[in-house]
Amino acid sequence: MSVPNTWRLQQQRYRLMGEVCDRCKTKIFPPRDVCPECEAPAKTQFALSGRGEVYSYSTVYNAPAGFEDATPYTVALVRLEEGPLVTAQLTDVSAEEVEIGMPVEMVTRRLRADGAEGIISYGYKFRPVQFSPAI
Amino acid sequence: MRDVAIIGIGQTQVDEHWELGLCQLALQALQAAMADAGVEWVDALYVGNMLSGELTGQEHLGALIADFAGLRGIEALRLEAAGASGAAALRMGYLAVGGGWADIALVVGVEKMTDAAPPDAEAALMAGADADHEAAHGLSFAALNALLMRRYMHQFGYQAQDFGGFPINAHANAMNNPCAMFHIPLKLESYARARMIAPPVNLMDSAAIGDGAAAAVLVPTEWAQRFSQPVVRIAASAVGTDSVALHDRRDPLLLEGVALSARRAYEQVGIAPDEIDFFELYDSFSITAAMSLEAAGFCQLGMGARMALDGEITLQGRLPISTMGGLKGRGNPGGATGVYQIVEAVQQLRGQAGPNQVPDARWGMTQSIGGSGGTAITHILERVNS
Ligand SMILES: [Zn+2]
Repeated sequence: MSVPNTWRLQQQRYRLMGEVCDRCKTKIFPPRDVCPECEAPAKTQFALSGRGEVYSYSTVYNAPAGFEDATPYTVALVRLEEGPLVTAQLTDVSAEEVEIGMPVEMVTRRLRADGAEGIISYGYKFRPVQFSPAI
Repeated sequence: MRDVAIIGIGQTQVDEHWELGLCQLALQALQAAMADAGVEWVDALYVGNMLSGELTGQEHLGALIADFAGLRGIEALRLEAAGASGAAALRMGYLAVGGGWADIALVVGVEKMTDAAPPDAEAALMAGADADHEAAHGLSFAALNALLMRRYMHQFGYQAQDFGGFPINAHANAMNNPCAMFHIPLKLESYARARMIAPPVNLMDSAAIGDGAAAAVLVPTEWAQRFSQPVVRIAASAVGTDSVALHDRRDPLLLEGVALSARRAYEQVGIAPDEIDFFELYDSFSITAAMSLEAAGFCQLGMGARMALDGEITLQGRLPISTMGGLKGRGNPGGATGVYQIVEAVQQLRGQAGPNQVPDARWGMTQSIGGSGGTAITHILERVNS
């Protein structure tokens, strides 16, 4: 988790900045510069809405190094409404409440901290869609 | 391309070998394989390893192991393709002998997993996944497989307990393999009670990591008749790839890399899946075993778990799998796995599999998967009647 790497990933981590294929209009996240559907160059930026639904989920009890303090935590594959799947943690929800198909939305949270001295990286997580009263 | 045969095999037990380093482990396996082959020299050494740099701080294993084994000066390279590293090394040996660049090639898979603390080993294994978009979010391999297993159950209507046939079969077969990590039979009740590590994946769905080394000696098949062992030839060797990240797949429940490598292997031999006598597949998790059976063409999509439920994967079944214990029973020695699978397939085809012998086996298939499916390497071996 280097400083340049964290800097490079800012746009996608904080804003879900992906890409759109100029040829076939496929929305791409994470950005990969070549359209996975038609192999055309795809460097036009496109911010995903952050809304989607849970495609699958689990809870991590045996965490990899760097995440031990957060256990247990819930992870998911989220199907974004524009099409791409994204791997992320779920937050503001207990594991028992999660189910496949549950509507979720993106929020920015702390992903991990590299010890007391190291950098803290932030990025997207997903939470259940909040009830928002009509204005 | 010359036809290539395997004339020597060797392996250490998969275990926590605190007393042995990488080089000592590799040496034990390669000396056993060279003695089995009856050769005292080789032209080339190919080392399959995934994590030596991450876990022990040692890279550059080609030259290191060649020198350690008294083979200083020969061509020696290390190959890495995550969990398929050992199979990649075998393929390199196959290409070198087949292409005429080496007459005797030595292939070694070696991994030293247990020097590191478990969270460090978990993190190191995730180097075979997408670092920025999977590992950075705290996913473990158990979690990635749990995402697949949950979705698979949802889509095809299974319960978690329906997957018990895979580890039960693996543990039963490992009982008769002295090189296996576990010699403990597993009952369905114990499987159902096992602790969850990433639900619905429980401890018994997940192959434990261990240290180990396995080796094979390759020569042109026309030479092989001169050596004393029954001859086993490499009939097919094929690689398929897919996205490294699960979320980049068109359908995460399709292991397209596995399907491509299996299809290419069948085409090289000109046989259909139903002619395969046994299949050493990559059962690092129960769900990968189920999905591999489907992608490799042994059943329809969604029917892999059904094959275990119906007993089709046991030694007496339609398609015996993990015949010497698989990753679950033999243990998961990381990048060494692919060479263990080859050693076990050669044992079967030579008729040296003891109580686990698949009768009259002619065609044996092995398959290693790197990461969650980004690389798949399939080999088909054939017993040659001389
Ligand atoms: Zn496109």
